[in-house]
Amino acid sequence: MIDLKSDFEPKIVGFLCRWCAYTGADLAGTSRIKYPPNVTPIRVMCSGRVDPVLVMKALASGADGVLIAGCHPGDCHYTNGNVKTIRRFRVLQKMLDQFGIERDRVRLEWVSASEGEKYARVVESMTENLRTLGPLNWNGKKEVSS
Amino acid sequence: MSNPKAAIYWASSCGGCEIAMLELGMNLVDISKKVDIVFWPAALDFKYSDVEAMPNKSIDVSFFNGAIQTSENEHMAKLLREKSKILIAFGACAYGGGIPALANTTSREQIFTRVYKETPTTDNPDGIIPQTKSQVKEGELTIPEFYNTVRTLNQTVDVDYYVPGCPPVGEQVLAVMNTVVSGKLPPKGSVIGASDKSLCDECKRVKGERKIKKIMRTYQVLPDTEKCLLDQGVICMGPATRGGCGAQCLDANMPCRGCYGPVPGVLDQGAKMLSALASNFDSENEEEIQKIAEGVVDPIGTFYRYGLARSLLRRAKA
Amino acid sequence: MAEKIGVYVCHCGTNIAQTVDCKSVVDYASGLPNVTVAREYQYMCSDPGQELIKKDIKELGLTRVVVASCSPLMHEPTFRRAVEEAGLNQFLFQMANIREQCSWITENKEMATERAKSIVGAAVKRVEFQEPLDVKKVPVNPNVLIVGGGITGIEAALQIADSGKKVYLVEKEPTIGGYMAQFDKTFPTLDCAACILTPKMVSVGQHPNIELLSYSDVTGFSGYVGNFTARIRRRAKYVEEEKCSGCGLCTEKCPVSVPSEFDCGLGKRKAIYRPFPQAVPNVPVIDRDRCLYFTKGVCKVCQKFCPRGAINFEQKETYADLQVGAAILATGFDLFDASKVKQYGYGRLPNVITSLEFERFSHASGPTGGKILLKNGQMPSNIAILHCIGSRDTNFNEYCSRVCCMYSMKIAHLAHEKTGARVYEFYIDLRAFGKGYEEFYKRILEEETIFIRGKAAEVTDVAQTSAERGKLIVVAEDTLLGIVRRIPVDMVVLSVGLEPRKDTTEIARIFSISRSQDGFFLERHPKLAPVSTASDGIFIAGACQGPKDIPDSVAQGAAAAANALSLIDRKEVTLEPTVAFIDEKSCSGCKICIGLCPYNAISFDESKEVSVVNDALCKGCGTCVAACPSGAIGQRNFTDDQLLAEVEAICA
Repeated sequence: MIDLKSDFEPKIVGFLCRWCAYTGADLAGTSRIKYPPNVTPIRVMCSGRVDPVLVMKALASGADGVLIAGCHPGDCHYTNGNVKTIRRFRVLQKMLDQFGIERDRVRLEWVSASEGEKYARVVESMTENLRTLGPLNWNGKKEVSS
Repeated sequence: MSNPKAAIYWASSCGGCEIAMLELGMNLVDISKKVDIVFWPAALDFKYSDVEAMPNKSIDVSFFNGAIQTSENEHMAKLLREKSKILIAFGACAYGGGIPALANTTSREQIFTRVYKETPTTDNPDGIIPQTKSQVKEGELTIPEFYNTVRTLNQTVDVDYYVPGCPPVGEQVLAVMNTVVSGKLPPKGSVIGASDKSLCDECKRVKGERKIKKIMRTYQVLPDTEKCLLDQGVICMGPATRGGCGAQCLDANMPCRGCYGPVPGVLDQGAKMLSALASNFDSENEEEIQKIAEGVVDPIGTFYRYGLARSLLRRAKA
Repeated sequence: MAEKIGVYVCHCGTNIAQTVDCKSVVDYASGLPNVTVAREYQYMCSDPGQELIKKDIKELGLTRVVVASCSPLMHEPTFRRAVEEAGLNQFLFQMANIREQCSWITENKEMATERAKSIVGAAVKRVEFQEPLDVKKVPVNPNVLIVGGGITGIEAALQIADSGKKVYLVEKEPTIGGYMAQFDKTFPTLDCAACILTPKMVSVGQHPNIELLSYSDVTGFSGYVGNFTARIRRRAKYVEEEKCSGCGLCTEKCPVSVPSEFDCGLGKRKAIYRPFPQAVPNVPVIDRDRCLYFTKGVCKVCQKFCPRGAINFEQKETYADLQVGAAILATGFDLFDASKVKQYGYGRLPNVITSLEFERFSHASGPTGGKILLKNGQMPSNIAILHCIGSRDTNFNEYCSRVCCMYSMKIAHLAHEKTGARVYEFYIDLRAFGKGYEEFYKRILEEETIFIRGKAAEVTDVAQTSAERGKLIVVAEDTLLGIVRRIPVDMVVLSVGLEPRKDTTEIARIFSISRSQDGFFLERHPKLAPVSTASDGIFIAGACQGPKDIPDSVAQGAAAAANALSLIDRKEVTLEPTVAFIDEKSCSGCKICIGLCPYNAISFDESKEVSVVNDALCKGCGTCVAACPSGAIGQRNFTDDQLLAEVEAICA
């Protein structure tokens, strides 16, 4: 993969559920764990609020990747909102495959309120993967004429 | 006072929208008394040069069907926009890209290779592929450029109204014609000839529990005619599709395919249907969920059958 | 009319300012559309900080406010209050977290500043789409549910009941009392555990405001703060509580004798039994699996002899639904299973016992009548107490169980007193942190207890010298002396650590609360809110929140009671209005949303043929919002427009 932009900083939109993932991400900060600051978090009450439309909007608008983080299955604050997230995610993955968007670009992760370290490692690994894959630049790729 | 002038043009289309016009039947005769058709390549012998000669904004209303796939389509879109007071994107192709927009899942190169070289009945031993410019003994021959990406009409020029459907159903076409003739048009940018709610509002089937254990392809099951198809595992785009067509496909025991486009206010029809469908998969187990998801064999083809060009991502990576 | 947005960038001392160039963020914010004013300040949450906002709202007519500072989980309520006080609806406010998820996670100042700008930009764009919302006030049910009748639950129950409120105390064992009832003495006072516990148990049993549901557990919990419904399963005791006089004749006559759980399997009980004589309620239960009637269809001696006719073999398990305003979980702990650490020989070598088993030996009502005896019936002359079994151990639990050092010293004292044995304590560090604890340690030292600094590596019965023959040999490195020692003893006591109870996962799910990494229930804030959880109205107290001794457990029980009473005395609570709402005009009646709601908050109006959200039941998860194929459902304060605005701003 020839990428001359060695200073490419992937831009990741994160959808974090307020009860688990957002709290866990805060914990990473409170514990002063250092990790690449490439995710800009959007707080939602539950990962079940994450509409695939939002994910596709992010990808179409210039994001290099999207991270959806919620409670572990079984621990959802709203009983099973995260189960609906999994259901949508599996079909969305199939569809994004057809669009030619690499699987590493859209990730669904479970982060509990006490897993600050895990959150940091997830963001770190995702950032590194995206650095290798390069920018998505979906806007730039949309050709108007040949 | 002279009659208003109208034009009807087909770009990258199948001709179904022209037939829809003809479905007006005898009403067409009445309409032809109230409207002067100045350009309709499918039915009448007007030339491009006739349109080019018209003063700007001299055509009162143009009905443009078909997607923008070639430089000719684009040229005519721009020309008719210039010459028309009102430009209506007529039918699913002009509105959302339609079936031609499924070309956005692949590339021009792959399409040409398939069509001109690989199909079993093609006899093309020299592997000749159409060129925009080529030399023939009479001189240089140019044909329109075939674009890699199919676009909708409003991605090419400014559009005043949209009439959805593949094709728009007969009654709606008549209603649109009458509205246009009356001059009492809604605000610019409106969708006309359709309802403002999803198809479920007019579908007569009984809506049940919505628990999807398995996705069924239409060849795998003969559905019960009274029950909602979704409840029987068949993917029906009805919930995410604008109504107004009378749910004719459902009456034929076939699922809605989404040709009337998204419900007002929805940003992306395909993504919304994906969400609605998948949310109701009947399992809490990750492996089982994966299995049910495998049943959506062709997500783009299912969720964006008529609207890929209008969708958020618009095309697969070239 | 365009909005007037005020943006406030907090330095948070150096927490943010050290890494993020706040001035640069302020400049950036000033340039954003519709931003009327952008300021920076040292501590936005302080009074002067809040005054800045209020002043600008009043003088500049701000219609929206963004504060870029710490996490909204920290100070959103603070700033919402400030904004309301200045006359602006609190939901026209948005926080941008540029601390926990920005300045604290990186040392790269350039990137942190860029990230801060992105976060602020997203908040500014989002806040434009926010709308004023009214918080809903609902009445609070004054009853309180307490789960767990150990010392913590008992303390909480008595505090609340004494204030005049009704308490439902649910305990899964046949009696309240918990672990403390099994102890002989408590450190550092050497109070007799039963002597200080049983009066409290009796108070609970007699208190007019406490309804004790023993031999019961919680199987379901639903509702919202101030208005919960708890489903309680009342297991069949086969003894009718109201008729039983506690005479004990049934227990005496029962022919079946089995190991007693209360005595850690070292003593016996009958098939119809009370766990211990001072049980509250003082009503026996029949163990179905051991009772001859239930297993073989014979006997029924207890029923023959019962003078009150209280035995009822036909009794069925029942369910009760309780309406409460708050719940306190005081479910306690479990002890680490010593057999997992094979090198100490628990379960394999004779006379290797756990601390709790020692307590039972030492207890006057225990299996040996208070005597410390070896398997051969003799008293030990040498005893080794091994600290940190299952604790501070990467193989098992990494945390320190807090109480073991102190109880080990207590055991040393009891051993001295009862046997005159020489006692060795094998420790890593000595934790004697509490009131009177250090002094107790000194006392144990004066009793000539031998402290060896070195975690025991192994307990073996393979003798290497004649002195070791027939003994248990504790092998440990004495780190202060720098040599490996082999100490032959007669009895080894394993100071096992405290763990979350095995049903903690289940309970956490029922109550929708989180757990920390170590598996104990997660408190809202480790320093400032140790007995609250993230869920309003649900509190935790005692060892279920983390290992702790009796004084701390009692303190937390009282704290949780205070929290619960504070909630109840408010008489009404405000509900977050971030609920779902359906636009009737857009709803096509597709019913795709209805089955998705875990709270059954969506119903179908047959006459209008549209779905309707009951906003008292809706908890605002937003799942239905994401699923609606018509986009007819929105979520207040989390609308599509607001979220899309954030996405667009971030990606720009």
